[in-house]
Amino acid sequence: MFETLILMLDATMRVSTPLIFAALAGLYSERAGIVDIGLEGKILGSAFAAAAGAAVFGSAWIGLCFGIATSVALAMIHGFACITHRGDHIVSGVAINTIVAGLTVTLSMNWFGMGGQTPTLSGDSRFLSVTLPFADALADVPVIGLIYSELLSGHNILVYLGFAMVPLTYWVVYKTRFGLRLRAVGENPHAVDTAGISVAFIRYRALIVCGILCGLAGAYLSTAHNAGFLKDMSAGKGYMALAALIFGKWRPVPVLFACLLFGFLDAVAIRMQGVVIPGIGEVPVQAIEVLPYVLTVLLLAGFIGKAIGPKAVGRPYVKERA
Amino acid sequence: MSQAKVPAWVNIALIPFLNIMLAFIVSGLVILAIGEDPIEAAGYLIYGAFGYNEGIGYTLYYATNLIFTGLAVSVAFKGGLFNIGGEGQAYIGGLGVGLVCLALDHTMPFYIIAPLAILGAAAFGAAWGYIPAYLQARRGSHIVITTIMFNFIASSLMVYLIVNWLKEDGRMAPNSRTFGENAWMPYIHEFFAPLGIDIGDSPLNFAFVLALVCCVLVWGLLWHTRWGYQLRTLGTNPTAAKYAGIDTAKVTIWAMLISGGLAGFVGINEIMGVNHSLLLNFTAGYGFAGIAVSLMGRNHPIGIILAAILFGALYQGGSELAFEIPTITPEIVVAIQGLVILFSGALEHMFKDRIEGFFIRRAVA
Repeated sequence: MFETLILMLDATMRVSTPLIFAALAGLYSERAGIVDIGLEGKILGSAFAAAAGAAVFGSAWIGLCFGIATSVALAMIHGFACITHRGDHIVSGVAINTIVAGLTVTLSMNWFGMGGQTPTLSGDSRFLSVTLPFADALADVPVIGLIYSELLSGHNILVYLGFAMVPLTYWVVYKTRFGLRLRAVGENPHAVDTAGISVAFIRYRALIVCGILCGLAGAYLSTAHNAGFLKDMSAGKGYMALAALIFGKWRPVPVLFACLLFGFLDAVAIRMQGVVIPGIGEVPVQAIEVLPYVLTVLLLAGFIGKAIGPKAVGRPYVKERA
Repeated sequence: MSQAKVPAWVNIALIPFLNIMLAFIVSGLVILAIGEDPIEAAGYLIYGAFGYNEGIGYTLYYATNLIFTGLAVSVAFKGGLFNIGGEGQAYIGGLGVGLVCLALDHTMPFYIIAPLAILGAAAFGAAWGYIPAYLQARRGSHIVITTIMFNFIASSLMVYLIVNWLKEDGRMAPNSRTFGENAWMPYIHEFFAPLGIDIGDSPLNFAFVLALVCCVLVWGLLWHTRWGYQLRTLGTNPTAAKYAGIDTAKVTIWAMLISGGLAGFVGINEIMGVNHSLLLNFTAGYGFAGIAVSLMGRNHPIGIILAAILFGALYQGGSELAFEIPTITPEIVVAIQGLVILFSGALEHMFKDRIEGFFIRRAVA
C-alpha cells in the first residue's frame, strides 16, 4: 500500500513538472496583465524544436536552447499583437495555438518524414534520470529509503528545475523590484506609467520569462519525459496549466499544489483503469480525467472559494496623451 | 476625426483582403522554406477546391461546418462574448443528433426524424453553452476559461458515453451502430441525379441548406429584432446597455444558447449527413476554425458564408495539394488558418489604423 502510494507520487512528480513550468509561465504573463491562452502552442512549439534540435545536434541541452528560443519567439509574437498593437489577447493566443499545431506537423513531416514524429532520441540527446547521492545506499532503509531513493531520486534534471522554479518565482514576484512592477502593471498600469516606468517594457519582459518557462515545459515533454516529438503531444497541458494557475489563484505556491493535485489525478486515472472498487463498481477513467476542469469551473463559479485574477488582465494599455 | 469619413469598402473589403493576403504570403514563405514552389502549390489548391464537381462539393461540405461554427462564434461575439467552446458544443450537439437517430431510425420516417434531430442538435449544443453562460451572467466567472474547460469536459463525456454505452456490441471500433437509411440526411448529388444532373459524388448534403437558412435567420435576428439590438448594444457598450434597462444577464444567456445551438448543427452535417453513426472526434477542430471564419467574415452572415467557403476550399484544396506534392501535409491548412486568425484578428489594428488614417486625411484634404 505504502509502496503503491510512493509509486503514484513518483508518477505525480513526472506528470506535474510540465504543468508547473507552464503554470508559472502563465503566472508571469497574467500577473503582468497579459492573458495567455497560447501556453499550449508555446509548449508544443518548444517540444518540437527541442526534439528536432536534440535529434540533429545530438545534445539535449542544444535542443533545450532551440525549444526556449522557439517559445520566446512565439511569446514575442503574442506581445507584438497584444502590447504593441493592442490586439485581443485571446484571439492572439488562439492564433498562436493554431499556427503551431499546423506548422509543427508540416515541418516535422518535411524534415524527418516519419509521419509527424521526430527520430527517437537516446543517450546524450535526452535528459536522463539523475540518481541523487546515497540513493542506492539508502534504498533498503524502511520508509525513508523508499521516499528518498524512489520518490526524490531518479528524476531527470528538469524535474528538479521545475520544482526549484516555484521558490524562485515566489522570490522574483514578491521580493524584487521587477516583481513589484510586474504585479503593479497587472493591477493598475496607469499608476506604473505615472511613476515613469514603461508598461510595455515590463509586459514584454514578463512575456520573455513566460516564453522561457514554456520552452522548458515543451523540452521536458519531448526530450525528457518522452524520447521524441509526437504530433499534438502537448495534449491540452497548456490549458490544464491555465486551469492550475486559476486554481492556485495566481500565486506561486498554491499554483504548485494545484499542479501536483492535477498531476496526481492523472496518475490515479492511469492506475484506476479497469479497477473495480467494491460497492461502487468500476470508476470510469474519464470521470477522474475530467476532475481538474470541473474543479476549476466550480472554483470560478465561486462554489469553492473565489478566484479573482489581476485587475487589468486582458486589457490593452493605452497611454494617455495630453 | 470621425469614422464616417472612411469609405465603407475600406473596412468591408480592403482591410480583410490585405490581412488574408499577408497570411497567404507568410504561408507561401513557409512552403518556400520547405523547398516547394508556392505558386504551383496554390495552383493545385485552387484546382482541388474548385476545379471539378466533386471538389466543389467537398469544399461546400467543409464550408457547411464552418458556417455553423462561424455563426456561433459571431452571435456570441456581437454580444461581446468570446465563445471558444464551439468545439465542445458541436460535439455535444452531435450527441443529440445521434441519440435521436439511434432511438427513432427503426420506427419513424425521415420527415419526422429530421426535424427532431435538428431540434436535438440545437438543444444539446445550447445546453452545453448554457452552463458557461449562466456562470458568466450570474456568478461572474469568465466565459473564455469556462468554455475551454467545457471543451475538455465534453470530450471526456463523449468518450465515456460512446465507449461504455453507445458502442456497437462486439466491435472494437468506438462508434455506434450505423443508422437506418431513413435517418440519413440526403446527399445533394442524390437529389440532382433523378433530374439527370450529375454533380459528382461528394459528402455535400442538405445540412448545407440548413446552414444557409441559419445565416438568414441570424441576419434577421441580429439586425431586425429588438433582441438583436439589445445584443449589439451589450457588445458595444455593456454599461450603456445596463443604463438603457437591458437585462444584460438574460441577453448573455440567450446569446450563448443560440451560439451553442448553432455550433450543435455541425452534428447534423457530420453525424446525420456523412458518418451515419456516432463516433469520436468528428468535430475535428471546426469549432476553433469558426473563430477564424467569424473574424474573417467580420461577424456578418454574408461575410461568414464567403469566409467559410474560403476555408472550406483550403481544407479540400489542402488534401489535393498533399496528394500532388507529398512533402506538404494537409496540416499546412491549419497553419494558414492560424495565420489568418493572427493577421485579421490579433493584429487587426496594425493596418486598420494606418489605412483609416490615410483615408481620413485624404477626405480632409
